[in-house]
Amino acid sequence: MPTISLPKRPDGDTLFFRLSFSSAVLILLVLTGIVLSLIDGGWMALREFGPGFVFRNIWDPVNGQFGAASAVYGTLVSSLIAMVIAVPLSLGVAIFLAELAPDWVSQPVGMAIELLAAVPSIIYGMWGLFVFAPWFSDGFQMWAADHLVDLPLIGHWFDGPPIGIGLLTAGIILAIMILPIVSSLVRDALKTVPNVLREAAYGVGATPFEVVTKVLLPAIKNAAVGASILGLGRALGETMAVAFVIGGANRIETSLFMPASSISSTIAQQFNEATDPLHISSLIGLGIVLFMLTFVVMGFARVLLKKKR
Amino acid sequence: MNLRKIKNFLFIGFCMGASALGLGVLASILYSLVSNGIAGMGWHVFTELTPGPGSFGGLKNAIIGSLMLTATGIVIATPVGILAGTWLSEADKNSRIADALRFLNGMLMSAPSILVGMFVYATVVVTTGGYSGWAGALALAILALPTIISATEEMLRLVPPTLKEAGSGLGAPRWIVITRLSYRAAGPGIITGILLSVARISGETAPLLFTALNSNFMTTDMGAPMANLPVTIYQYAMSPFQSWNELAWAGALLITTFILVINILAKALPALIKARKVRA
Repeated sequence: MPTISLPKRPDGDTLFFRLSFSSAVLILLVLTGIVLSLIDGGWMALREFGPGFVFRNIWDPVNGQFGAASAVYGTLVSSLIAMVIAVPLSLGVAIFLAELAPDWVSQPVGMAIELLAAVPSIIYGMWGLFVFAPWFSDGFQMWAADHLVDLPLIGHWFDGPPIGIGLLTAGIILAIMILPIVSSLVRDALKTVPNVLREAAYGVGATPFEVVTKVLLPAIKNAAVGASILGLGRALGETMAVAFVIGGANRIETSLFMPASSISSTIAQQFNEATDPLHISSLIGLGIVLFMLTFVVMGFARVLLKKKR
Repeated sequence: MNLRKIKNFLFIGFCMGASALGLGVLASILYSLVSNGIAGMGWHVFTELTPGPGSFGGLKNAIIGSLMLTATGIVIATPVGILAGTWLSEADKNSRIADALRFLNGMLMSAPSILVGMFVYATVVVTTGGYSGWAGALALAILALPTIISATEEMLRLVPPTLKEAGSGLGAPRWIVITRLSYRAAGPGIITGILLSVARISGETAPLLFTALNSNFMTTDMGAPMANLPVTIYQYAMSPFQSWNELAWAGALLITTFILVINILAKALPALIKARKVRA
């Protein structure tokens, strides 16, 4: 009896899944590539200055002396200012949209806040430099120079030239940038809280304030913290908006009105002009510090956000 | 009024104030974009090349360059992103590899874009010996990739299993089921994801600074430094020349309008397609 031999066909399934698996593995390759290329590029600076590179407070391209301290300081302080302003405001917006406003208000307002998240960062930078900074200089800094400088402990924060740009301005612009991201995440989290919880709380006579602070916020604590940290991660890595308004001085100053630099703004402003290999390597070394900062912060945020789900 | 009511009153006031502040900022940004942008707008923006300091010109080369860079970036990222997203959605539920890749994809999504620029500088610009449009497009592709991956995965997961079972029941191999049935069902959602990443990368500046650089010439040669809107806006806005500042505002208005329109389109698209299907 003759046997029928089927013609040999390439197995589509195997081919397709190999192709799609290699595409997925590309994520890992790109991330590894980023890490390796940063280490390779920053190696010279790390060897020259040692691990103390991170804490050296000097950035002097003319004499070939580099350290990350002033840029790290600028990044951390501007992001901290952004968090202090943006987190309470974002919670307010999220609560307003999810709990207080009727649908016909919360739908369009929610849409508008989401559009704010889509505006590219150079636009925030331009707006910060041309619109916000002059207003801030006249409206707040002049006033602060008269009234806040003599305050105990925090007075020296406001002791500086009222030029509109500097650390504080950078922090405020960053706050405006992360506000929509944090508030839409928190709003979505609030919407996942089952209605019976609200009804039970209102049923025993709680005010909206008590319902939110005693029932809803504890229920979404992880998601809210995760969203805030995600915002922090954005603030740490943001380049263009900060480059416009931070001033570009690689110094550590206690005054928040003084021009400063963040890691990313230093890289953006100096990378193309740097010719000294050690200068280039030090800039890439700054990139390593930024990568580690954001990786730790973002990883933490994602773990927290995931727990909630 | 007792203390509880006062607290509640202040609380509601704060929440409304915060929302009003957010809207106020958006309004201020849009107002300054439109008022300054229209002042610098005109046909010359689209027909003239980027000028030297203080002279007359437009943004033609930057607009064309940006369109080319964004399009190339998306063309590179889309097939890879869709395939990777497909693998993640088909992977076993307990797969550790899939979990790890998902986590890494999230990290890549939130990696500072300037670091992606440095990576492409080190791997492409240094090895090929110069700034180029290809390097810029590749940097943009890396930024678009994670969004496309996660959108594809999410959308494919929403495809009803019965649909796929019906396909398999007819004897179709898995890859036919995925490409002919799942992709069609998840299509609108995936396209939304792609549009959103178009919107994101078309405004990115930092990754282009050391990859595509910028150029004052009209070129469609992807092997040479390429003019693009974001870097041009940055340089012109930071300059002391008023004619450059005006062009920067015109460019900023163009790019923001483009991005907001794409965003609204992307969000409206699934509903639109659904409505058409119902009518048909």
